[in-house]
Amino acid sequence: MSIAELEKPSVEQARATSFYEASARARVRLLLDPGSFVEFIGPEKREVSPHLKLFDLPEQFDDGIIVGHGRLAGSPVFIAAQEGRFMGGAFGEVHGAKLVGLLRAAKELKSIPVLILFDTGGVRLQEANAGELAIAEIMRAVIEARTAGVKVIGLIGGRSGCYGGGGLIAGCCSALAVSEQGRIAVSGPEVIETNRGVEEFDSRDRALVWRTMGGKHRRLIGGADLFADDTVQAFREAALELLETTAGFGIDTLNAEQSRLEDRLQRFGACRDAVDIWVAEGVPDAGSVPALPADQFIELADKVRRIARDAR
Amino acid sequence: MTLDSILASMFPDGHDVKNDSGVLLGSGTLRSGGRALVIGVADRAALGVDEAVKLSGYVLASLKSGSGPILVIVDSDSQRMSKRDELLGLNEFLAHLAKSLIHADIQGRPTIGLLYGHSAAGAFLATALATRMLVGLPGADPAVMDLPSMSKVTKLPIEVLEEKAKSTPVFAPGLQNLAQLGAVHVTWDDTVSLADQLEKLLRNMPDARDRRDALGHERGGRVKAADIAGRVRELALQTR
Repeated sequence: MSIAELEKPSVEQARATSFYEASARARVRLLLDPGSFVEFIGPEKREVSPHLKLFDLPEQFDDGIIVGHGRLAGSPVFIAAQEGRFMGGAFGEVHGAKLVGLLRAAKELKSIPVLILFDTGGVRLQEANAGELAIAEIMRAVIEARTAGVKVIGLIGGRSGCYGGGGLIAGCCSALAVSEQGRIAVSGPEVIETNRGVEEFDSRDRALVWRTMGGKHRRLIGGADLFADDTVQAFREAALELLETTAGFGIDTLNAEQSRLEDRLQRFGACRDAVDIWVAEGVPDAGSVPALPADQFIELADKVRRIARDAR
Repeated sequence: MTLDSILASMFPDGHDVKNDSGVLLGSGTLRSGGRALVIGVADRAALGVDEAVKLSGYVLASLKSGSGPILVIVDSDSQRMSKRDELLGLNEFLAHLAKSLIHADIQGRPTIGLLYGHSAAGAFLATALATRMLVGLPGADPAVMDLPSMSKVTKLPIEVLEEKAKSTPVFAPGLQNLAQLGAVHVTWDDTVSLADQLEKLLRNMPDARDRRDALGHERGGRVKAADIAGRVRELALQTR
């Protein structure tokens, strides 16, 4: 028996593993075909951030992101996974550059899709300018790759959610799958509260955070294409489905997205809370949405709103 | 420079740029006789869902029939930090604006950002940083994160941060720091005609490839980014 087979993680293991609780490395290992992952510039290269020592902060040998290639149901994919437990998964110079390089290669090869497992609070403050610029380069590289015909799929269900510039990169992807825990936003709850006051947003009100930024709301308004249960296996299946169904990118996509967003503003622009939006969207018993188990929510969401796969 | 003086100096042959509560839409006549589409954010306005969708809609409409470069003029706040904007999916609206600009640039409508005031965070990413060439004007004060907020998060006194900022351009606000990192390509002279400087830029426009990491390396602001991206790319290209 080969080492790869000995290490073969079972589907059962992927089913039993919470995406939210797992490390970035465990997510990659269980999401891809067993033993297929090969990392680029792994931790053994010790390419750490050159800036954290200025702040006497500990470095990590992979700078909080893993990039490489592997197979998904037999087909090659590029994959990037952020580690939300290191500096909140934030983008720094090295962290961001790894994803830039991966996307540029994908653009040139044209045929290999990219999976991005987001888990980020946004820009890493200690290297804020380099992080912001890395995000700008990633957004450009995602659009260039998509223009070349590459599918870029975002998977969002980590501890740090997908905030700040991470939310903008997610908005550039071909398609997104999100779990209930996978919050997507630009300004985080604390940022809004600090800048606008607790009357505008009470960051300690967890129910408010989930229903304003969480995966269920994003799925219901069309901000994400698929809702996944919080297991690595559910995200694997979501990635496969999105790779199958995602459309290309061009001027028609952008015009369709413009209409989709204008329509959203017109219909929900005056709503004061997520529950008001769900009611306006025709969700029966909207108040019970936050408590619905994943399978029942997916059934409900599919009934209420079919996501246009050509408007992102 | 004020917005009016910038527009007057850049378009001596006329322009029809309107400022509607900080949202700039219009066009101007170039020295060469062609026209440039102009969008932007003025008066340090925040960029929220309502503003972003107007800007992207204007860019997309011009792709149907127009030609020529697209100028993105910026003096903005950060993204609008509010419950309503996040509820409605601000990340999608900002990404959509950036996508529209990047698409236009790739498809032959070269984009030029002109940063004349402030900008920050998500607003900066969706406008000035989504262009091919970013020009700074003296007095521009971009800030990914201001030092008081950084002080709060890092728990370091502002004086300590200011001291550290002397040794690296990597975190502190300012046009010079962002230029050193490769984000701002060139800083214009505000004492001579902007129309001349724009014409010169348009004549020497580089191709659409993103070279900001190489520029940051040349200028000593980002020592590792270009190298790491290049090595990952090389390794990934070997995948079959």
